[in-house]
Amino acid sequence: MSMNDAGRRSAIGQAAGVRRPLAVRRIRAVLEAMLFAANRACMLLLVCAFALPFAWMLSTSLKTLPETMIFPPEWIPAEPVWSNYAVAWNSGPFLTYLLNSFIVSVGILILQMLTIIPAAYAFARFRFPGKGLLFGLVMATLMIPAQLIFLPVYLMLSDWKLLNTHLALILPFASSAFGIFLLRQSFMQTAEELIEAARLDNAPEWKIMLRIMAPLARPVLVTFALFSFITHWNDYFWPLVMTTNESARTLPLGIAKIRETEGTATWNVLMAANVMLAVPVLLAFFAAQRQIIRAFVYSGVK
Amino acid sequence: MARIELIDVVKRFKGETVIPNLNLTIREGSFTVLVGPSGCGKSTTLRMIAGLERQTSGDIRIDGELVNDTEPGKRDVAMVFQNYALYPNMTVRGNIEFGLKNRGVPKRERERLIRDICEIAGLTPYLDKKPQSLSGGQRQRVALARAMVKNPKVFILDEPLSNLDAKLRGQMRTELIELHKRLGTTFVYVTHDQVEAMSMGDRIVVMNKGEVMQAAPPMVLYEDPDNLFTAQFIGTPPMNVLPASRLPGLRTEGEGHAEFVGFRPEHALLSPETAELTREGLVIAGQIATRESLGAEQVYKLRCEAGSFFVKSFLNPYVGGDFALAVVPFERLYFFDRDGNRLRRLRAVRPQLAAAGV
Ligand SMILES: Nc1ncnc2c1ncn2[C@@H]1O[C@H](COP(=O)(O)OP(=O)(O)O)[C@@H](O)[C@H]1O
Ligand SMILES: [Mg+2]
Repeated sequence: MSMNDAGRRSAIGQAAGVRRPLAVRRIRAVLEAMLFAANRACMLLLVCAFALPFAWMLSTSLKTLPETMIFPPEWIPAEPVWSNYAVAWNSGPFLTYLLNSFIVSVGILILQMLTIIPAAYAFARFRFPGKGLLFGLVMATLMIPAQLIFLPVYLMLSDWKLLNTHLALILPFASSAFGIFLLRQSFMQTAEELIEAARLDNAPEWKIMLRIMAPLARPVLVTFALFSFITHWNDYFWPLVMTTNESARTLPLGIAKIRETEGTATWNVLMAANVMLAVPVLLAFFAAQRQIIRAFVYSGVK
Repeated sequence: MARIELIDVVKRFKGETVIPNLNLTIREGSFTVLVGPSGCGKSTTLRMIAGLERQTSGDIRIDGELVNDTEPGKRDVAMVFQNYALYPNMTVRGNIEFGLKNRGVPKRERERLIRDICEIAGLTPYLDKKPQSLSGGQRQRVALARAMVKNPKVFILDEPLSNLDAKLRGQMRTELIELHKRLGTTFVYVTHDQVEAMSMGDRIVVMNKGEVMQAAPPMVLYEDPDNLFTAQFIGTPPMNVLPASRLPGLRTEGEGHAEFVGFRPEHALLSPETAELTREGLVIAGQIATRESLGAEQVYKLRCEAGSFFVKSFLNPYVGGDFALAVVPFERLYFFDRDGNRLRRLRAVRPQLAAAGV
């Protein structure tokens, strides 16, 4: 690009003598500055779109109830009301919710890892009869919303006496078509020579999968893990349908209950609960951040 | 140390025949180089020996043992890939150790082997580094160490030097030759570069379109090629080939009808047109099109009635102007039939009349 610029500039210089290039350069500089500013403005807009609601949630969680109703709204509460958090925490069996959320989200994650790695590996590496059809079926499940299948699944789990257990929330998500798809792409990009080198090193198939391929797909695995964790951590619909009492209920249900029980909506307490819901997700994100960026700029071997 | 035999080996990819029928014996302990233009099936041949690709039909024997159904890991073959194929998630130590672990070598033994091999390969300071942080030459050494540590019967190397810069390549060439001497293991080495082949191999297999054109020691290939392809593949610049019918000064006797006449650029001698010819041979008059000086040697490109050809001289630059007579001694002429096969029973003889009319 710089060569092009230089070429263009010198061409202009030859055509217009000595004076014009300076003006041209100045115009270019202004244009570049404007572009830069526009770029930053867009970024700022994006950041605001995501950060402002979050900041609003934080701010509301520290207000008194009357303060949440003030118009025009104020950003900084007169005095932060930390007790909102205690109220939220004590408004129900929050420790149970929290534990349930962890058991369910992490349980799903572990099962998914156990299933998507071999599945993606098989789809990426092997040729077997019906492969296309099977993969098509897996992809088709991506288009089926939970609302469509919850009834039969509910009946099945009810048959198995699994309602109101963690398993009812975990088992239906034991595998992920999205994960299989994502990982298969990544496996297919792995250089064939690496696998061949491993075969010459007498490595059994499972070792090629776990010691060579999976580590290479780590950024993709981490990214998927995060998506999965956030999805199931925040999931409201499925736990709502599959549980009828507190024993297996998760945080989003607990938070929704705050709204139901108090008559008028206590936004400040609700937001405090929401902050508590978001913190583990944020922590997970920061832990995985580097890997996620690598997953998107990942360029194969070497 | 092992002999490798390929017997009637055929390889097709989805109906496309890449290797029509290959019969090749690679002698035990030899440094055999497969050389040929890109896409002629060198890598495919190597991969079939290693077991990474299965031949469509035919047999492969290593050390007398039929290995058609033997897994790559069980063939006692180590391979060095063009792009090294180091495991990026493992350290240098991990890369070298992986194969040993898979063979169930005990930890103590593994550590000793790795220490020894890294000593030899000069990798000791890098044992705990990842391949990405090493230079091309160091990666190459890791790939070699990973292959050597398994103490295989056969070493297979597929264009292992082509990713290195010229200087390092020269150095690694020497190191590989020394390595072969020290280990005495059978080396099968693939390259498309005839200079590399000539300088490294003790036996060279020239391939074209999946067929062996000639398998012989380097000097035999150079001095006694079986066919036009080999003649024109070996040498820099390659052998000159002109149609026999367009060379009026040529008389032959013996068996066969020469369609093409070949001679090496370094065997022709340039003299000015006016000079008295002191040497006996085929005389071709030509116009000098280009001159290239490489210091010790000069390379001229001449154009004559029959086509253009090169002359290489180690003497002082030719000063006789733009026209010259190239004289090629009769015994330095090679004859080929219409299919490019060498006619060994044909000799050039002095014409009845003087060659002055050329
Ligand atoms: N896996 C494959 N599928 C289809 N064709 C292949 C495959 N591998 C190699 N070929 C073809 O076989 C021919 C020989 O390839 P290769 O052995 O790699 O040549 P070389 O190593 O001599 O350059 C080429 O025409 C190539 O396109
Ligand atoms: Mg090749």
